[in-house]
Amino acid sequence: MRRIISVLLENEPGALSRVVGLFSQRNYNIETLTVAPTEDETLSRLTVTTTGSDRVIEQITKQLNKLIEVVKLVDLTEGSHIERELMLVKLKATGSQRAEIKRTVDIFRGQIVDVTSSVYTVQLAGNSEKLDGFIQAVGTSGVLEVVRSGVSGIARGEKVLSL
Amino acid sequence: MELLSGADMLIRSLQDEGIEYIYGYPGGAALHIYDALFRQDKVKHILVRHEQAAVHMADGYARATGLPGTVLVTSGPGATNTITGIATAFMDSIPMVVLCGQVASTLIGEDAFQETDMIGVSRPVVKHNLSVRHPEEIPGIIRKAYYIAATGRPGPVVVDIPKDMTTPNERYEYVFPKKVKLRSYNPAIRGHAGQIKKAVDMLMAAKRPIIYAGGGVILGKATNQLTELVRTLGYPITNTLMGIGCYPASDKQHLGWLGMHGTYESNMAMHHSDLILCVGARFDDRVTNATEKFCPGARIVHIDIDPASISKTIDADVPIVGPVDAVLNEMITLVRESKEKPDADAIAAWWKQIEEWRAFHGMRYETSPDVIKPQEVVEALWKLTNGEAFVTSDVGQHQMFAAQYYKFDKPNRWINSGGLGTMGFGLPAAMGVKLTHPDDEVLCITGEGSIQMNIQELSTCKQYNLPVKIINLNNQALGMVKQWQDMNYESRHAESYMGSLPDFIKLAEAYGHKGVRIDKKEDLEPKLKEVLAMKDDLVFVDIYVDRFEHVYPMQVARGSMKDMWLSKTERV
Ligand SMILES: Cc1ncc(C[n+]2csc(CCOP(=O)(O)OP(=O)(O)O)c2C)c(N)n1
Ligand SMILES: [Mg+2]
Repeated sequence: MRRIISVLLENEPGALSRVVGLFSQRNYNIETLTVAPTEDETLSRLTVTTTGSDRVIEQITKQLNKLIEVVKLVDLTEGSHIERELMLVKLKATGSQRAEIKRTVDIFRGQIVDVTSSVYTVQLAGNSEKLDGFIQAVGTSGVLEVVRSGVSGIARGEKVLSL
Repeated sequence: MELLSGADMLIRSLQDEGIEYIYGYPGGAALHIYDALFRQDKVKHILVRHEQAAVHMADGYARATGLPGTVLVTSGPGATNTITGIATAFMDSIPMVVLCGQVASTLIGEDAFQETDMIGVSRPVVKHNLSVRHPEEIPGIIRKAYYIAATGRPGPVVVDIPKDMTTPNERYEYVFPKKVKLRSYNPAIRGHAGQIKKAVDMLMAAKRPIIYAGGGVILGKATNQLTELVRTLGYPITNTLMGIGCYPASDKQHLGWLGMHGTYESNMAMHHSDLILCVGARFDDRVTNATEKFCPGARIVHIDIDPASISKTIDADVPIVGPVDAVLNEMITLVRESKEKPDADAIAAWWKQIEEWRAFHGMRYETSPDVIKPQEVVEALWKLTNGEAFVTSDVGQHQMFAAQYYKFDKPNRWINSGGLGTMGFGLPAAMGVKLTHPDDEVLCITGEGSIQMNIQELSTCKQYNLPVKIINLNNQALGMVKQWQDMNYESRHAESYMGSLPDFIKLAEAYGHKGVRIDKKEDLEPKLKEVLAMKDDLVFVDIYVDRFEHVYPMQVARGSMKDMWLSKTERV
């Protein structure tokens, strides 16, 4: 099952490489990984999406917790949560395609953030399925370049991940 | 206010940390530190002949004393030479701090002379590693390194020290922190009371219980608590290779150790048990055999300081995260107060069954009128040293024989590389023990393959007068490899022979030690006695043993715990 694990990490050099090293060393999957400092600059927030059996997921969380620089973590998929990913896509956009793409972007609540005579650059945010859905809708033949941020997530309601 | 250079701060921090010995080898990036060492006499430095040996020495010291070992090496090759030693300590959770020189911070990343990214190289085999970014950080980093190494589940910590952090004429205020507090590292200090209660209820209700203890009991200094609990309950106990000595081997409740080369009765009792109380062990593959066939009727209580060790390979029914001593203390109290008592009839029947298993095999081996059996050597040593020696070992058949036939009644005396299985561990580990236990007998039971992996340390033994006894069970082959080839490759002995053994006696003499060769059965005991009487000499005892002997019992690959070979022809 796919999981979203959110980690508060000491914002220190080398901490990220320990997390990434752990995943490869123990043969765990990383599907997406995002990391950035938080409002407290001594902490980074890292979000990793991964897949594995319940035993593997339990080991991932335990092994992550064992890293000295990991302060706290939560498996967001254990409760209701919000997940978002940002995507920027360059699409071939000439002739009648231009209107068609514009419509699709509107349906997906995206924005065209850059334009040339033959290319649209589209920005889209949402969960990963929505981003996949957009690519499907416009068709891969028109896609020139895709960049995705990887998943960020946060629990719904009053639960917070903080010190 | 006291102003010190980074190098002086480092040595001063070691003093304040109470470090008596460090094992190491100098080189460019560590020279400021070596100079600071030279200008004091509290911290003593032992100069090895290869950095790997420095780490094993620190490791042997740590295993014998329960205190963290300390290593000092230079950057690049000095640092990379420590990796096998660090990985060895990591796999067996041994507390240790490895101080590595590094090129100046201004040169890092430029492929400078003797630059290696030691933080990166060591990452997968350390509990943690730390870099010095400013000389003033040194006391805090040293304090933190020892704290992390020695608390929770112990392990090696590497500290990377760029040369410009130790520059002699740049001085800073020296403050050694009294306490370390890390918001992200808080090992458990007691187990969950509800879980402990549940475990005790299960212990009282069990009909075929067994205690399965590991190295965690020794590391957690809980051998007294374990012994008390086991005696109070009257249940059988087995332990892992790493747990040897956690409970007296000569006691009748002790079934010997378990797993791949464990006793018949331990493996049978595990397989047929209805309750396993695992204390400080980790269900590793050399114990469980095929996990899907593991102990089908057993419920499992698992006590460990490391939550990640619980339900990693075998699911625990009752996990208890906490230090083993504290958890066992609570269990003892609850057992004593419990209104429920063990089912005496069921336990008696269980013991009857176990005694039958014990009688069936009983670690027998075939003797021969003229060939020395390796098992006999170990038994003789056990007798002649009253079971009181510190025994280090290397890796192979000799290691298994040593563990099987030397009966340890005390912890911290059986010292081997269980997790990584590092050939070359034995001699330097023995040196680390002897240095701090000069009046105790220290034996290194080794093989002619393993001993050659760190043989250069005979020179260190001379320099520091370390009269260990090297017991070379010479079967003229990489015996364990050969055994596997006999069993799985129709005796095709690919590269498992060593056709050109040195004359070990002359070799020992060349280093300034004594050598004794034993190749006649009738000489075995008298000559061993003579050797043990040579208190002030390092003696290399080269014993020609049966070249064809195999280690048994041996679990059948991919079977359950009870599937074993008991001899070359008997399979159960
Ligand atoms: C550094 C290292 N290399 C290889 C091995 C694989 N190995 C395990 S046992 C063994 C043979 C050891 O031979 P020896 O020391 O003579 O012991 P014996 O089995 O003959 O008693 C080997 C090569 C190992 N454990 N460690
Ligand atoms: Mg051999």
